[in-house]
Amino acid sequence: MSDISALIVDDSSVMRKIVERALRQAGLSLVNVHEAASGVDALEILRREKVELILSDINMPNMDGLEFLRQLRSEDLAPEVPVVMITTESSEEHVKEAILAGAQGYIRKPFTPEQVKERVLPLLGAV
Amino acid sequence: MASLTTGAAEFGAYAEYLDAAVDEVFSMMMGEPCTPVNESPMEERETISAVIGLAGAMSGTCVLRVGEQVAMAMASTLSGVTVETIDDTVKDALGEISNMVAGAWKGRQPLLASGCMLSTPTVVSGTHYQLHIQKPEFRIERYYRFSECSFGISLTCESMQ
Repeated sequence: MSDISALIVDDSSVMRKIVERALRQAGLSLVNVHEAASGVDALEILRREKVELILSDINMPNMDGLEFLRQLRSEDLAPEVPVVMITTESSEEHVKEAILAGAQGYIRKPFTPEQVKERVLPLLGAV
Repeated sequence: MASLTTGAAEFGAYAEYLDAAVDEVFSMMMGEPCTPVNESPMEERETISAVIGLAGAMSGTCVLRVGEQVAMAMASTLSGVTVETIDDTVKDALGEISNMVAGAWKGRQPLLASGCMLSTPTVVSGTHYQLHIQKPEFRIERYYRFSECSFGISLTCESMQ
């Protein structure tokens, strides 16, 4: 599939690298990977950069993932870009809340690279 | 209304959930199964603890406590980069492991999965500290082996609703 730019939002730099590695293992050709440690930083990046995929943690200091999603939609930033939440919060309520806020996918931590592939590739029309 | 209880049967189940949560996190994220052991960890000169707070349906803490060697081994395996000193990558990795274990543990109990929230991790270095909880409802301490070293995880419940 063609080269894509992705934004990975997580307050853990180790987790951002794990997610990037999983995306590459899924067969995505990442030409640019932008990293943000909070929702605030992620919005800042999206005001100046174009991406084709966003993966975000939920539980983060300085604007959590759900608030980031709401701001993203209210500012109409990256309206066509799929957003996948990657989080330890896995209850049905949390999933519903994320979908209502505008997420297209949901991956529970811990995860395998295979799970990332299964959830992300269809959103990019790659399956 | 359903509620959480802490009888002997539930206590045993909470410990089993913890073992399953630890194994799940290590198997899926690091490719290494992790089962409980009986011996407590060797005391190292320095230990590192990653603390996750739980609030809501259950208030308490989940603490991952490791020596320096196992801390670096875990961080190297999780990050895919060899780590040879206790740096921010190690602290970050331990915080994430603790977070995932706490999440996987509570996720096994429907009342906690949606009714209990996790804090972001706090990482403490050093041996001489204590977490003070007035009268814990229950406390589970389990030991596991990773990369030829053992480490401990404790779950302390201060109160349940």
